Amino acid sequence: MAEFFRELRTTTGLNFTIFYDPFDARRFGYAFLMTCKLSVLSVVLSLIIGVAGAFAQGARFAPLRWVVAGYIAFFRNTPPLVQMYFFFFALGAITPTVPDDIGMEVPMVSSFTWALVALSLFAGAFNVEIFRSGIEAVPRSTVEAAESLGYSRLGAYRAVVLPLAFRVCLPSLNNNLVNLVKTTTLAYAIGVPEMLYVANQIWSDSLNVTEMMNVLLLLYIGLVTLLVWIMHRWERALRMPGYGT
Amino acid sequence: MSLAFSPRRALLALGAVLALGVAPVMAQTPPAPAVATTPDSLSRIIGEGRLRVGVRADYSPWGFRNPTGAFQGMEVEMARDVGRTLGVTVEFVPVVASNRMQFLAQGQIDLMIATMSDTAERRGTVGIVHPNYYSSGYNVLLPKSVTVREWEQLRGRQLCAIQGAWYNRPATERFGAEVTAFTGIAEVETALTQRRCLGWIYDDNLIAVMLADPSGRWRDWHMPLPSQSDTPWGLAVRLDDLNRPWGRFMSGMVAQWHRSGQLLDWEKAAGIAESAYLRRMHDALKDFLP
Repeated sequence: MAEFFRELRTTTGLNFTIFYDPFDARRFGYAFLMTCKLSVLSVVLSLIIGVAGAFAQGARFAPLRWVVAGYIAFFRNTPPLVQMYFFFFALGAITPTVPDDIGMEVPMVSSFTWALVALSLFAGAFNVEIFRSGIEAVPRSTVEAAESLGYSRLGAYRAVVLPLAFRVCLPSLNNNLVNLVKTTTLAYAIGVPEMLYVANQIWSDSLNVTEMMNVLLLLYIGLVTLLVWIMHRWERALRMPGYGT
Repeated sequence: MSLAFSPRRALLALGAVLALGVAPVMAQTPPAPAVATTPDSLSRIIGEGRLRVGVRADYSPWGFRNPTGAFQGMEVEMARDVGRTLGVTVEFVPVVASNRMQFLAQGQIDLMIATMSDTAERRGTVGIVHPNYYSSGYNVLLPKSVTVREWEQLRGRQLCAIQGAWYNRPATERFGAEVTAFTGIAEVETALTQRRCLGWIYDDNLIAVMLADPSGRWRDWHMPLPSQSDTPWGLAVRLDDLNRPWGRFMSGMVAQWHRSGQLLDWEKAAGIAESAYLRRMHDALKDFLP
């Protein structure tokens, strides 16, 4: 395989260093895993934020509702790149530091963690609204029926409202999660070694911008296709005859 | 349902990407050949009474514009000295890294002194005059509290850098440093002050300039390690001038600057810490008579 790509370089000028240069192969491999890790963790965290936020939105305690509304307004109305910089450079400046083995004060929160926090909160804000759309589509009479059977508000939310709401909002949830996977590339700005960051470094060293751009595009198409496939399988598994489409 | 996953659609998307992306690579054309010049550039320059020199306008303190708009810097002084020697007026043409070789090859300038590293690839495009007049490598800016003596001591340490710099890879590959690269200088400086990295891996000349900053901004920093991958800089004439009077004349100018120690003086006047390369060249070429 390495021979084929070395040959390809001499015959056509197409320089895919990641397939024959062990150094580039290793760092790009790690970058791919980093993108996967960042995507999976931020998808899971943003879903948790979405479910919890949508529940809190319906709370009787008004200040809780205001907090959720404020959170959504802040994270939905600001660009994710600005949020990334804000977390890393502005909040990073006031987070505690710990001394390392040679006495340097090192921040406790790494750039990866800040990227994960920023991405989860960003996508979570949209997920709250997406889940709300699903919850509002559940007929009031269904909720009342659950309550008349003795369900508490949390119990009805967990056992009746959320399962129905989930089915309604899955298509728009799909959209947001696809967007989230693509937004992980913004972590390059704060030095998280994900795929775009490492590709940028590789094409600066080897001047193979076009080749690496193609590799990036194909890998993101692959990752998003996989996500869409999983979500579609889930959608089909959850299908209830006579409910929705 | 229209959102359904379809292998055929994915294949179509792949095809479109390949067609759009790979095709331009295959269609790349070789660079345009240099324009022919008059037989002897040196006599033409003297005859016209003017010398057009391409210099940097954005690379303080080697070549930049001062607040009044005039060109200033070490390389600008070199160009002025060429003008004085020939008895001609010097016209400065601002060039940047991406167009400097084209300006020279197309005849808009006769001489280029623009912080250019001397590489085998570039020697095929322009006539790089020897000896080289300067040299730079990469080094690490470290807090004074960190007293390392060898690069190996940086293994596993976080270093900040600029994205796309050529030395990010050798620093990782040879010395095992963990390089965190940011998009610009301001981000690197912020990350440094927030202790996100031990030091800043950067061009050694630029570090020297920062350390010499009279505002004292980098007072608590130093550069204790030897520079790496020293690459000489070359001034250039057109390729066909290299072994003709103009190229040979410029070779003599550079050799004389090394011999007289003039380059060391200009470097000092520009506020740059003395570079080992200039000292070495001066020692090699200086007058053996006391």
